[in-house]
Order: sequence, then C-alpha cells, then structure tokens
Amino acid sequence: MKRRDSIKTIALSSLGASLFMESCYDVSKEKIKRSLTRYEYGRTKVEKSYDDKLFNEKFFTDDELITLDKICNIILPPNEYGSIRDAEVVQLIEFMAKDIPTYQKPLRDGLIWIDSESESRFNKIFNQLNEENQKEIFDDIAYYDPNKSIDEYPEEVQWFNLVRNLTMTGYFTSEVGIKELGYKGNAPNVWDGVPKDVLDQYGLAYDKDWLEKCIDQSKRNDIAVWDDDGNLLT
Amino acid sequence: MMQIKENSKEYDVIIVGSGAGGGMATKILAESGLSIALVESGPFYDPANPDQMTQLKWPYESPRRGAGTTRPFGDYDQAYGGWEIEGEPYSQIGDTDFKWFRSRMLGGRTNHWGRISLRFGPDDFQKKSLDGFGENWPITYDDIKPYYDKVDKLIGVFGSKENLPNDPDGFFLPPPKPRLHELFYIKGARKSNVKVMPSRLSVLTKRINNDRGVCFYCNQCARSCMTYADFSSGSVLIFPAQKSGGQIDMYVNSMVRTVTTNHEGKATGVSFINKEDNKEYKLKGKIVVLAASACSSARILLNSKSKQHPNGLGNSSNLVGKYLHDSTGGDMMAFIPELIDRKTYNEDGVGGMHVYSPWWLDNKNLNFPRGYHIEVWGGMGAPSYGTGFNVNNFNKFFGINNAGGYGDVLRSDMKKYYGSTIGISGRGESIAQKTNYCEIDPNKVDKYGVPVLRFNYQWTENEINQAKHMQDTFEEIIHNMGGIPLWAKPDKKSNFGLNKPGWIIHEVGTTRMGNNPKKSVVNQYEQLHDVSNVFVVDAGPFVSQADKNPTWTIMALAWRSSEYIIDQLKKQNL
Repeated sequence: MKRRDSIKTIALSSLGASLFMESCYDVSKEKIKRSLTRYEYGRTKVEKSYDDKLFNEKFFTDDELITLDKICNIILPPNEYGSIRDAEVVQLIEFMAKDIPTYQKPLRDGLIWIDSESESRFNKIFNQLNEENQKEIFDDIAYYDPNKSIDEYPEEVQWFNLVRNLTMTGYFTSEVGIKELGYKGNAPNVWDGVPKDVLDQYGLAYDKDWLEKCIDQSKRNDIAVWDDDGNLLT
Repeated sequence: MMQIKENSKEYDVIIVGSGAGGGMATKILAESGLSIALVESGPFYDPANPDQMTQLKWPYESPRRGAGTTRPFGDYDQAYGGWEIEGEPYSQIGDTDFKWFRSRMLGGRTNHWGRISLRFGPDDFQKKSLDGFGENWPITYDDIKPYYDKVDKLIGVFGSKENLPNDPDGFFLPPPKPRLHELFYIKGARKSNVKVMPSRLSVLTKRINNDRGVCFYCNQCARSCMTYADFSSGSVLIFPAQKSGGQIDMYVNSMVRTVTTNHEGKATGVSFINKEDNKEYKLKGKIVVLAASACSSARILLNSKSKQHPNGLGNSSNLVGKYLHDSTGGDMMAFIPELIDRKTYNEDGVGGMHVYSPWWLDNKNLNFPRGYHIEVWGGMGAPSYGTGFNVNNFNKFFGINNAGGYGDVLRSDMKKYYGSTIGISGRGESIAQKTNYCEIDPNKVDKYGVPVLRFNYQWTENEINQAKHMQDTFEEIIHNMGGIPLWAKPDKKSNFGLNKPGWIIHEVGTTRMGNNPKKSVVNQYEQLHDVSNVFVVDAGPFVSQADKNPTWTIMALAWRSSEYIIDQLKKQNL
C-alpha cells in the first residue's frame, strides 16, 4: 500500500507524464464518447455494445500506464516517422488486455516484477531509473534463442516478449508505422504485374503463354462478350 | 403456450437462407413472377452500406487493430458469426471435434468466402464407378454444364482455358498476372511436375454489366466489395432480382425452427423465431426451399417432426444429417531467404491467389483415392493485429541463435522480413461416410429454444494418407523455391496436419441426392423424396464434394432446381 502511494506521488509529480496520462488515459465520459465515435468500422449492434463495454472499463492503473509508456518507448524509440505515442501503442495494450483477458495476468505480473527488480538493483522503482539503468534490466530479459520455445524461458522474458510483440504490432498497424514499413496498398489500384526492375532483381520473367491469358487492363471497362465456346470477344 | 403470430398471406415460395443457394433460388424464382418470402436468420446486409462496410479501412480504425477476437477472421471480415456463436451451441459425440461455421447475415458466407469458383468435372459425379468409394451422383456433368455456363455469365469468374479433362473450362474473364511470391511458387511447383495455372475466382477483372463495378485490386474480397466487383449473394442475386420487379418479402433476423405440414404431410410453410421480439411466427407457402446451409437445413428437417413425419421431415430413409463431409485441409508456411529486404510496391491484387494447382495425379498409383488442389498465399499484405510479433525469429535461418532485443534493430528487422513468407494449402476431397453425421441433441436447446445439433465425425485412413501426401508435396515445392518451412513437418500423431472437420467450411452431404428414396433424401432436382413441395438447394444434396470448392456447384444446382420448380408449377404437379 505504502509503495503504491509513493509511486503515485512520483508519477503525479512528473509533469510531463501526468499531462500525458490525462490526454491519453483519463476515462472521463467525454473521453469514452470520443473513443466510441472515433471507431466507425462497420460493427453489428452486438459488437458495438461489446466495444462500449470494453471502453468503459479500465484495466491498468495510471502508474502502470506510465510505466508501459516508458517501456514501449525504449523498445521502439521515436524516429523521423513517428513514435509509439503517435501510434497509440499503450492505448492498444490497455484495450487488448480487456479484449483478450488472458493477457491481464502476465502483463500486470511483469509490471510488478520490473518495479521490484528495479528496487532490488537500484533502490528505485523503474520509472525513477535513468535510461541506462532501465536498459541494463532489459538487457537481461530481452533476448532469447528463436530455436527454443519462449515458454522455456523465465516469466520475465516471456513478459518482455509479449510487451515487445504488442509494441511492434501497435506501431506497425498505425498510420505512421504503415508508412515506415512501406505498405502501399489498401487503395484503389490497377494491378498489372510485378514491376520490371523487381522481376530483374530476382532473375524472373513472365511466360509469354501465361501473359497472353491475362487481363489487358486497357480493356477492363469493356463489357465481356463471349462466343459459344467461351472465347472472350471483347 | 406461446402465442404464435401467423401471416395470412400465402407465398408461392418460402426460401430459408440467403447465401449462394438461397440467393440463386430467389433470383430465378422471383424473376419468373412467383411471390417469395426470403427468410434469413441474420440482419440485412449490403456490401455498399457505409454503416456495415469494412472495405478500405485501415487497421488503426479498429481499437483492436483488426484482431480476430469478435470475428474469427478478424474485425474486417464480413461474416457475422463464426465457429462459435453465443447462445447457439452444438455438441459432439465422443472425441469428435467438428467445427461448425455459421454466418448469420443476408448473403451468408458468400460475403466473405475466397471466391474460388471451380466447376466439378465429369469424373467428380461418377467417382464410385472409377474407384469404388462413396456413391455416384444421379446426374452427370452434361446435366449440370448448361447451368455452370449460365452461372459463369451471370456472376463472372476469371480463369483461363486449359482443356483439362476433369477441370472443365467455362466462360472466363481474363485472370490477373501473378504476384512475386506466386512466380516463386510456379518455379517451385514446376520443378516437382505439379501443374500450375491461373486461378478461377468470381472477381470481376473486367466489366460484366453496367450494374457492377470492376475490381480495383484492394485484396479485400473477404470484406465484400462496395462496388459489387466480387460475387456475393445480396449484391449479385437478391438485389438485382428486387430491382427487376421481383415480389420478394425479406424476413431478416428470423430463425426458422420448423417446416410446418398439414395432415397429408405436405409442407404448408415455416415457423420462425423473430430475434427482435423472441416470438414465434408462421409463414404460409405453397413451396418451401431450404437453403440454410447443409447442417442448418438438416437441423430444420430433423426438428420438423409430425404425425406424418415422426422421424423428421423427409427422413423416411434415416439419412438426413448423414454423409456429412468437409474438404480436407493441410498447410505449410515457409520463409524465402531470397525475399528479404524487398522493394515495396502495391501488390494487393485480388482478394485471393492469382495462381493455383488443380489436382494433377492419378490416384491409381497412390494410397488414397481422391485428390486435392493447392492454394498459395503470401506477399506484402496489409499489416494487421499480429504483424510484428516475434519480428526477428527468422534470424535462426541465418544461423543467428539470438532474437528479440529492443531499439532501432526491431525496425530494420521488421522491414527486412516483411513479405518474405509464403503459404501453401491443400484442399482435398474426403469420402462421404454414413457414420459421419449431425443429429438432434435430445438434451440441449439454443437461446431460442430450438434443439441443437450434435456431431459425430472421424477422418479415415484415406484422408490421413492424403494429408501426408500434401505435406510431402509442399515440403518438396518449398525446397525447390529455396524456402525453409516455418515449423516441423506434422507427423502421424497429428494426422499429418490434417485440419479438423468443419475447419475448411465446405461442409456438404447431409441431405444426399439420389434416385433411390431408401438411399437418399432428395432427388436430382433437390426435391425431398418424401414431400414433393420441399426442396433443399444448399450443399446438403452433394453426394461427394470433389477437390473443388462447393459454391459454384451449389448455384448451378439451385438454378437447375429452380427451373424444375417453375416447370412443375406450370404442369400443376406441385
């Protein structure tokens, strides 16, 4: 109890963090309304009310959210494309913890672990550490052998992997992250084959026979007409 | 006793279900001037309705970034339902683990399916004569060919003329050019003497009429196309039938419980639960056409018990629900080292593969009787929830036994491995077994009070041997492509990776077609042997399923049966 209080004091005394917290995680009625109207994505009535329910719940404490923000920022520091804050990564983690409740225990246990690890190593909670010390802890839990199952590792390594996964997916499914990745689709387009320079790069070419079967995109708007044997005439 | 509300109007035809079969029946019967009640268990749905639309949404427009928590194929997939629906359970016998997918919405599963539109070939209707397994259909390819032709021209399907004996050509729109990973597949498959050809999907690469748009290559057919450039039952069958003046009353959110009958045992209509007020209603009709999906139609028939039909409607043969079979499925995924650090460009293409492999071998030389086709997937797809998980696990393929980390390396690893994987899937024919079935669970009802289904289903050695062949083939093709499989090859313990029944969502066979009323449920016109004014036009009447997706055959048969209904009405035989 005492420790929780001290964390809160520290969090609130840090001006930047508390402003951040209010702007992103304050679950006021207005905020809920904004969240709900923001997500117009073709939901059924039942799905909408499920989303509403999740938005009305709060899983992480403000202190936990601030810690997550710090951790995610070190996992994926800002660059010229954007940041985990632009990508709303921590909001996603909060939402997913409610959407997939099995995430809740490991996510919270890890946050408790990292504070106690910080205290035992440096006599301070994680948020009070300088970045060098924070990374020192990360260095011991951030790596694994991909030939092994992650389940073979201690819980803190599994936890860090989960947070890293959520950070990565949150960032690279965001507007800034998609731009950085270079995904060029999700827009009206006319597919007319692999670009020539790419074919050349891999030493590939289209078969002449195959190409002859393919759509001539200049005729895509001409209404299809066939002869009786199924030969296309237009 | 619950009050039952009865509509005094008598329809010419009541159609239960609005997917491929129900949509086709609606179109053909309404356009012949008959009055139709179309009864659908889910809500109205139009792919062009902005309130329901998910096409061209970005992942960040969903609070879960498109994750599959509420819809099993992700937030943007247009199937309202899934393998599990709250309040609509089903049970299993013994260690059966049948997965029953239901999509409750106008158009049903046609709104999200892969649009793979394959005709059955001449052999597919006569397999028993060829290999001794299963049963022959009472019809031949020649009986159904004119209807396949009409379906091609009405709906639109791209493909190519290949002159293959058991994969007949049709009236095709030209296919799109292969993508990069598909060129890798072509190279790898040819080395193994596996035939590869343009795929056949009901996506409009070319204009087919002035009412529907042309594909704009967003790769999102699973989200149903707002310009109607892919096939869905609403956009291509039901709405046009309404537009051309068809008398169609649509009853949505209406879960049919039974087909009602009179003292002569003839159908008089249906009773349904209105999901809005949870009350039971009755509709009167001269003819009832069930198209609720193979298992749902069987369930309705089995629940329609009366003095005249003590065993359920149309079930004097005891075969309603029997011979349930799904396609087999097996998959392998691989990393292609040559495809790291790709140049990015828009390679979305159509919603599905541009190339595929039809079954290419003769089963006489194999230890399983039926074939499978191969589907290919991969490329630089739209990011969605899960993208970036275990971002640098592929390090191991370069001998680096270290993954994870933090910082900018994760960004470069993400870009390095983006678009470097390929997936290969086999979808094959299983043999219908009388011992694989659905039946009514006597001890369980759903939230509407309707008795639910209980499944009994086991694969046989034939399907398991086929699944092993899939894995061996995929391994070889992947090796030929310079790829490395992402997981260990499944062994005998896991049935060589054979998917659970129901997983491929091609369940068919529960109201088998045949000439002998003792050995089948419907005749060749999908008419119940026992009750002349009840038809089943979904995949229930399939005697066998071929190594082809069922939708095109559902629609060709539904068209043929609808013409039969019109003809029989004219002759006053119904």
